[in-house]
Amino acid sequence: MMTLDPKIPPGPLETKWDRRRFSEKLVSPANKRRIKVIVVGTGLAGASAASTLGQLGYEVECFCFHDSPRRAHSIAAQGGINAAKNYQDDGDSVARLFYDTIKGGDFRSREANVYRLAQISTQIIDQCVALGVPFAREYGGQLANRSFGGVQVSRTFYCRGQTGQQLLLGAYSALCWQIERGQVTMHPRTEMLDLILADGHARGIVVRDLVTGRVTARTAHAIVLATGGYSNVYYLSTNASGCNVTATYRAWKQGAAFANPCFTQIHPTAIPPTETYQAKLTLMSESLRNDGRLWVPTAPSDNRPPDTIPASERDYFLERRYPRFGNLVPRDVASRAVKSLCDEGRGVGPGGQGVYLDFSDVIEQQGIDVVRERYGNLFDMYRRISGEDAYRVPMRIYPAPHYTMGGLWVDYNLMSTIPGLFVIGEANFADHGANRLGASSLMQGLADGYFILPYTIGHYLATAKVPLLPDNHSASQAALERVTSRVKKLLDAGKRRTAASFHREVGRILWDHCGMERCETGLKLALQTIPALREEFWRDVAVPGSGDAFNQELEYAGRVADFLEFAELLCYDALHREESCGAHFREESQTADGEPQRDDVRFAHVAAWEYRMDGPPVLHKEPLTFEFVQPTTRSYQ
Amino acid sequence: MKFTLKIWRQQGPNEKGGLATYEADEIGPDMSFLEMLDGVNQRLILAGEEPVAFEHDCREGICGSCSLVIDGVPHGPDRGITTCQLYMRRFSDGVTITIEPWRARAFPVIKDLVVDRSALDRVMRAGGYISVNTGGAVDGNAQLIGKEQAETAMDAASCIGCGACVAACKNASAMLFVAAKVSHLASLPQGKPERARRVTAMIEAMDDEGFGSCGNLYECEAVCPKSISVRFIATLNREYLRAGIVESGVPADPETPHAESD
Repeated sequence: MMTLDPKIPPGPLETKWDRRRFSEKLVSPANKRRIKVIVVGTGLAGASAASTLGQLGYEVECFCFHDSPRRAHSIAAQGGINAAKNYQDDGDSVARLFYDTIKGGDFRSREANVYRLAQISTQIIDQCVALGVPFAREYGGQLANRSFGGVQVSRTFYCRGQTGQQLLLGAYSALCWQIERGQVTMHPRTEMLDLILADGHARGIVVRDLVTGRVTARTAHAIVLATGGYSNVYYLSTNASGCNVTATYRAWKQGAAFANPCFTQIHPTAIPPTETYQAKLTLMSESLRNDGRLWVPTAPSDNRPPDTIPASERDYFLERRYPRFGNLVPRDVASRAVKSLCDEGRGVGPGGQGVYLDFSDVIEQQGIDVVRERYGNLFDMYRRISGEDAYRVPMRIYPAPHYTMGGLWVDYNLMSTIPGLFVIGEANFADHGANRLGASSLMQGLADGYFILPYTIGHYLATAKVPLLPDNHSASQAALERVTSRVKKLLDAGKRRTAASFHREVGRILWDHCGMERCETGLKLALQTIPALREEFWRDVAVPGSGDAFNQELEYAGRVADFLEFAELLCYDALHREESCGAHFREESQTADGEPQRDDVRFAHVAAWEYRMDGPPVLHKEPLTFEFVQPTTRSYQ
Repeated sequence: MKFTLKIWRQQGPNEKGGLATYEADEIGPDMSFLEMLDGVNQRLILAGEEPVAFEHDCREGICGSCSLVIDGVPHGPDRGITTCQLYMRRFSDGVTITIEPWRARAFPVIKDLVVDRSALDRVMRAGGYISVNTGGAVDGNAQLIGKEQAETAMDAASCIGCGACVAACKNASAMLFVAAKVSHLASLPQGKPERARRVTAMIEAMDDEGFGSCGNLYECEAVCPKSISVRFIATLNREYLRAGIVESGVPADPETPHAESD
């Protein structure tokens, strides 16, 4: 029987984390070097955790499927990282960052976790500066800030449009140091394909060497998953092509609860999709909304060039509907507004899938050089992809799947329902509730990796005292067998359809029925179609080559296979949540003027799903109680 | 649009490779170069052949995975972009396009267009970091860093580690790669304490990995997707020289004979 104990320390919010750190058991320095920890993934969370654990003296084995740990998808985050530094003296504080985040998450996250995140945010900036991250500076030499979607203070730190890259390179450099010191052994081009469980504890993982194809069991005293999110289940998303759900999904099948999978964030400002062959959607940083204004022509199918449409015939729809926040409303609000306009036939560009993001006003007021300095690389990127110059004509943007708030359930110590299995960064569910605010994923990844996990894992290691699993243990053998038989099955299938065509199809099903707007009939339809598609996949998928060599199509087909199962879990969760909250919008739950209707009486809980081999997943609920803030209607009007 | 592709195929590091010809039909001008290759691969898979192995991940020019030499030029004909940011509208209809892997002694081919670039990681491990522990960092504003200095650091730090600079250089030199990291860290106060040791260790590691020396042809800058300037190679040389003096015990500057940093 699965129990969900969040293990939140009692008492005042402000001192919960301090008290937890004091009450935790420590591992003595002499013992640390005899303790082995596996970290899977080298994004912000994984690299910062692996390097910090190495620094503390643990023996760390770190795995990533990329050719280098520096390539993880954290690198693509453009906009920035939040911290409650209040350098601008504009009224920011830990309490305000906490409140903004919990409200932005539509009151579907834990108060204690979010408060801790806000507290740690300031340390992250200091740590990154110490590592040499070249944050933008003012002329006087102080750190610069900008404001970002969903908030009214300026608390976002940034490195041009490449903040994720610079933060990741900082964490990667720390990791390099620990590898050089011999504290961390790095295994690039190695993919985790299963979890080894014995006596109820996570004891190891099964990995495949992507160059040789060799499948081996790796054991450790604790396992940390930092394997990112699953937006690629939609096929077209802003994620890198390698992003996948396999590690967390395999852990789910071994008994780790999966929480709130239906909380998937659709980012409002991506370049609109054009053709069927398209492999990804490119995000344009949300920071563009600081200066760009979103609009569509007031009249439907107005095909005039945008600069010939007078202001009186333009609908600045976010400014009209949300006068207080205007173009800076949170992502879910902006995305839905864009989609509903396009659905009404008022969109612009090919297929009417797009709205204008217009910079002409700011260019007129502040000059083109200011805009170029702030967003030059984004404008360049836009021109390369679309062939248009956004300094002259407005950009066209459309929402795209971007980030997943759902993930493996973890307690306050970031441990999953499987003892010894820790989950950090986007791979867990904890801090963003039903919607994530801009510039807070980098913050959470680094908070988990640098500052939280290295403490909390020590308590487990000091108290659980589970020995290393002996070689050739039956649990390892069973896990190895699961992996090798799956690889064989993929290679033996009928070779009639490519994995990509299945991926595209399941992505389309989810986008249509479990995307920005969901309803009972649509979700039930998706739940009917997905199993049939999966069956066809296993019968007909074409995977050439062998399993004993470098085989990219085999890697990909394995990830698609997991998406085809995981897609169902997403729909089950969306179906159960009969309310609209954050990024999850149920058509049945809306007000007369189309605003979402949350249901705190029935759904103020974390939905944690348990895998069942012989039937649909089983729902467990972790109630969310609000002692310190009062859940309010999240109004940005 | 329609293209003839000559693609380097090689089964493994020790196998002999060669160019194979493929036709790419029904290509739209708005297709990216990698989407065009995706299409070729989908057809190969359905024909029961092995698809062309090539690396890609973010497909937005920042992860540094993609690495193709297109008609003899790493990342193709346009300046300041990666292969994934190249679109087919850049090519004339009907032309033949040759696609090869990065070629350098330090980058052995794994398969087809995929090479092993772990040598770059090993160079980074030798010293491409500031050795500070997690926790206990002083406030981010405790040391003021002028805007220009921060911008210079950022210019250098924007290297994505793709290795195009190596592939473009006839000596297969990694000088621009090393210069970018050394300059980034040397231009910030946080990087100063280790600057002498860092530059020496990284240059040594670079030589050990089999990268050649700089021939001052600036091919590296021309193909760098982040347009990292060769002036950082000058900074690298200066840092290296300076490190030699610091390590030999000769004062760095006659005015301040005991100062380690400037």
